[in-house]
Amino acid sequence: MISAVTIPAVVWQMSCVAGLLAIAAFAIVLSRSTSSTAAVYGATLVICAAALLGSLRWLLGDAVNSSDMTLPIGLPWLGAHFRLDALASFFLVVVNLGGAAASLYGLGYGHHDPAPHRVLPFFPAFLAGMNLVVLADDAFSYLLCWEFMSLASWALVMAHHREPGNAKAGYVYLVMASFGTLALLLAFGLLAGPAGDYGFAAIRAARHTPYVAMLVLILMLLGAGSKAGLVPLHVWLPLAHPAAPSHVSALMSGVMTKVAIYGFIRVVFDLLGQPTWSASVIVLFLGGITAVMGILYAMMEKDLKRLLAYSTIENIGIIFVSLGLALAFQANDLKLPAALAFTAALFHVLNHSFFKSLLFFGAGAVLTSTGERDMDKLGGLIHRMPLTSFVFLVGCVAISALPPFNGFVSEWLIFQAVLQSPELPQWALKIMVPAVGALLALAAALAAACFVKAFGVTFLGRPRSVAAEAAKEVDRYSLSAMFILAALCLLAGILPGLVIDALSPISMQILGSHMPIQANEPWLSIAPIAESRSSYNGLLVMVFIAISASSAVVFIHRFASRALRRGPAWGCGFSDPTPAAQYSGESFAQPIRRVFGTLVFHARDHVEMPAPGDVSPARLGIELHDLIWEGIYQPLAGAVGLAADRLNRLQFLTIRRYLSLVFATLVTLLLVLAIWS
Amino acid sequence: MVVMSDILVQGAQMLLVLLLAPLLTGFVRKMKARLVRRQGASVFQPYRDLLRLLRKEVVLADNASWLFRVTPYVTFAAIWVAAALVPTFATGLLFNWTADLIAIVALLGSARFFLALAGMDVGTSFGGIGSSREVMIAALAEPAMLLFVFCMALVAGSTQLSTVANFMASSYVGLRVSLGMAMIALIMVALAENARIPVDNPATHLELTMVHEAMVLEYSGRHLAMIEFGAFLKLLLYISLIACVFLPWKIAVFGTGPLSYAIGTVAYLVKLAAAGFFLALFETATAKMRVFRVPQFLGAALMLGLLGTLLLFVSKSF
Repeated sequence: MISAVTIPAVVWQMSCVAGLLAIAAFAIVLSRSTSSTAAVYGATLVICAAALLGSLRWLLGDAVNSSDMTLPIGLPWLGAHFRLDALASFFLVVVNLGGAAASLYGLGYGHHDPAPHRVLPFFPAFLAGMNLVVLADDAFSYLLCWEFMSLASWALVMAHHREPGNAKAGYVYLVMASFGTLALLLAFGLLAGPAGDYGFAAIRAARHTPYVAMLVLILMLLGAGSKAGLVPLHVWLPLAHPAAPSHVSALMSGVMTKVAIYGFIRVVFDLLGQPTWSASVIVLFLGGITAVMGILYAMMEKDLKRLLAYSTIENIGIIFVSLGLALAFQANDLKLPAALAFTAALFHVLNHSFFKSLLFFGAGAVLTSTGERDMDKLGGLIHRMPLTSFVFLVGCVAISALPPFNGFVSEWLIFQAVLQSPELPQWALKIMVPAVGALLALAAALAAACFVKAFGVTFLGRPRSVAAEAAKEVDRYSLSAMFILAALCLLAGILPGLVIDALSPISMQILGSHMPIQANEPWLSIAPIAESRSSYNGLLVMVFIAISASSAVVFIHRFASRALRRGPAWGCGFSDPTPAAQYSGESFAQPIRRVFGTLVFHARDHVEMPAPGDVSPARLGIELHDLIWEGIYQPLAGAVGLAADRLNRLQFLTIRRYLSLVFATLVTLLLVLAIWS
Repeated sequence: MVVMSDILVQGAQMLLVLLLAPLLTGFVRKMKARLVRRQGASVFQPYRDLLRLLRKEVVLADNASWLFRVTPYVTFAAIWVAAALVPTFATGLLFNWTADLIAIVALLGSARFFLALAGMDVGTSFGGIGSSREVMIAALAEPAMLLFVFCMALVAGSTQLSTVANFMASSYVGLRVSLGMAMIALIMVALAENARIPVDNPATHLELTMVHEAMVLEYSGRHLAMIEFGAFLKLLLYISLIACVFLPWKIAVFGTGPLSYAIGTVAYLVKLAAAGFFLALFETATAKMRVFRVPQFLGAALMLGLLGTLLLFVSKSF
C-alpha cells in the first residue's frame, strides 16, 4: 500500500476500476479458452481486494476530507468528475467486499457454468459499473455509469437465456431499469435547474424550493426505489436476481440494491439539503409496506433463490424505514436521533450485504450439487453438505435478526430510533412511527419464520428427490467465500461498537452530527443515546450463551445418562415411509398463508374430493394472486398493447400523409414554443 | 473485591432463577389440580421429572442431525441468559445492561428459532405442524410485544429493565389507563409465548390443536429435560418481567446490602406465588381456543398496546 500514500485515493480507486474494465476486455478475447474462468475470477479478486483496502483505509483514516478527480470525457463543458468522500468510501467497501467474495466464490462455482463466455466479460464490467456509480460526482457521469451498471447486470441475467422464464425476467428488468433511469434523469434535470449545472458541487450549493425538493424525492423513490426493489416497483427483482448465476445473484441482491440506496442517500440527504418532514412520511410508509410485503411474498415462495430475492425486498424496506426516520429527525433538527437512525440504516446496508451474499452463495452451492432450486424437491442436505449447511444456518440466524449475530444489532438500533419518535412535534409522525415500528417487528418475526422454512425444508428432514439424496459438498473456494462472510456476520454482531464508530464520519458529513463514540463504552457494549436508556453488548451475550450452554453440556455429561439409541421416528401409529409425507414448504407456510394471505394474496385452498366410489386421488390446490402484478402491471401492459394496436395504423400511410403528419407536428411544436415563451 | 461481590450477586440471581423455575411450574400445576378438587402431584414433582429424564437414555430418530442434538443446549442457554437478565429481587445487577428488553425478547426468539428448526429435522408431520404454528404465533406476538415496549419506554424513558423498575417503583407513577392496557397486552403475549391456555395446552401433546408440544415430540431423555427446563425458565422469566415492570414493590436497588436483598427475595417469592395462583385460576376458568382464533387474540393484544401508546401521546398522565 506504499503507492496509495503517494497517489490520491480517488486515483487509486479509479485505477482499480480501469483494471476491472481491462479484465472485462481480456475476458471477451479469452473467454472461450479453458483456463479463462480461473484467470478472470482470480484477477477480479485481486483488484477488488485492492479497491477494498483503498476505500477501507480512506474510511478509517482521512474520511473527513474528499479526494477529487476530473477526466476530460463526458459533456464537453463539464468533463467527468469523480470524488471519494466518506459516504462514497463506505459504499465502495460494500461493493468491493461483495465483489471480492463473489470472485472467490466464482473461482469454484464458475467451473460449473455451461456458458462461461456469457458471464466472464460482464462480471468485472458489472463490478466496475457499481464502483463508478459510487465515485461519480456529476449528474451526467452518474447516469452514464448507472446505465452501464444496469446493462452489464442485464447481460448477466440473460446469461442462461434458454432456461424457461429467464427471457421474461430479462425483458421485465430492462423495462423497469429504463423506467428507473427516466425518473433519475428527470430528478437530475430538476436539480440542475434552468442554469443546467450538472456538477454535484453546484447542485449542493444551489437552493431548492420545497416543490422541487418534493418532486425530486418522489422521482428518486421511483428511480432508485425501482432499482432497490421498493414495493410496488419490485416486480422485476424476484424474476431477475434468481435468473443470474448465483454469485451474480449475490452481487445483485447484496450489492447492487445498496448502490441504489447510495443514490437515494446522495441525492435526498446530501444534494437536497435540509429535508421537510412530509418527505419522511412517504419514505416511512413505503418502507414499512415494503418490509412486510417482501417477507410475506418470500414466505409463500418455494424456489430458494426467489425466496432470497423477496427477502432482499424486505431488507430494503427496513433500510428505507430507517432512512425515513433519519429524514424525520433531521427535518426537526433532532441531531442525535437523526444520526442514530442514519447509522442504523448504513449498518443494515453492510449487514445485508454480508448475509444476503452468503445465503445466495449457499443457494448456489445447493444448485450446483443437486441441480434444484425448488425447496420441495430438496431436504436432508445437512447430512450430505455439512459445511454448506452450517454456514447457511449462520446466514439464516443473522438475517432473522437474532442475537448475537449482526442482523440483530442493526434492527435493534432501528428500534431504538423508533423509540425516539415521541420527541417529534408532528402528530402524523408521532402516530405513524409506532405503527411502522410494529410493522418492522412483524417483518422481523416473519423473517425468522421464513428462514426456518428455508433452512428446514432445504437442509433438514429426509431427501425429497434422488438429486437431493446424491448431493455432495461443494469445492473449497466456494466454501471459503461462505465461511469468510459467516465470520464477518458474527464479528459485526459481537463488535458493533467498532462498526458504529467507523460509520460516524459519514453521518457527520451528511447530517452534521454523529452517534456518541462507542469506543468509550466499557466492555465493548453499545449505547445509542445513554446507557440508562438502552444498551446492548453482543460480545457478552455470546460469551454468556457459550458459558451457560457449555456448563449445561458438562453437567449433563457428568451426571446424566449418556446412553443413546437410534430408532425410527415416532409416527403416532402411522409411520409413512415416503419422504413426500413430510412437511413441505407450502404446508409450512399454511398457517401464515391463512392468517395474512387471505387479505394480501386472496389466497384460497380448495379441496377436490372424488365422488364416492371414484378411485382417483383427492387433491388440495392453493390459489394465490399477486395483487400488485394483476392490479397495476397487467392493466398497464394491456393499455400499452391497446395503444400500440391503435397506432399500428400509422405504419401503413402513403408518403403524402407522412409528409403532412411531419408538417403538422412541426407546426404544433412551433406553436407550443411560441405560446410557452 | 467490589467486582467479586457484584459477580456473586449476579451469579446468585442466575442460580435463583434456575432453582425456582421448576418449583413455579410445580406450584401452578398443584394449584390447577386443587382448583378442580384433585389432590395433584407434589410441587416438587417437576424436579423429579427432570431427574428422571436425565437418567433415561436418549432415543434418537434415525435421520436426526447434529442440529437436533445441539438445539436443547442452545435453547436452554439462550433462555437461561435471558432469564438472568430480567431483574428479579434486585435491580442494577452487574450485567443487567448487557441487554435491554428488546434484546431479551430477541434472545427468546433465538431459542424459538432453533426449536422450530429441530421440529423440522426428523422429517415427520408432527414436528412440521408444531413448528409452522409456533412461528405463526410468534409472528403475531412480536409486534404486540414491541408496542408494549414502546408504551413502557414512553412512560419510563428507557428500555433498560433496571431503569424501568426503578422508575416504576418511584412515586411519580400512579394508576394509569395506558399502563393497564399495556399490562393486559403483555399478559396476553406472555400466555401465547409460554404456550398456555387459551393459546396452547402445556398438559397434552396428543391432540390435533397442539403447537409447542408437537414441535418437541421427538425429544427424549436428557434432551427433553433441557427443553422442559427451558420452558420452566421461560414462564419464570415472563412472570419476573411483569412483576418488575408493573409491580416493582420492594425490589432491592443494587448495592443496598444483604438485608434489602433478603426483603427483595421474599417479595419476589410472594409475587411469583400470586402470579402462579392467578395463572392457575385463569387456566382453569378458560377453554382452549382453536388455532386460527389465536390471530384475533393476539390482534387484541396489539390493539391494546397501540391504544396505550396513543393515550400516552394525548397526555402523559393517562
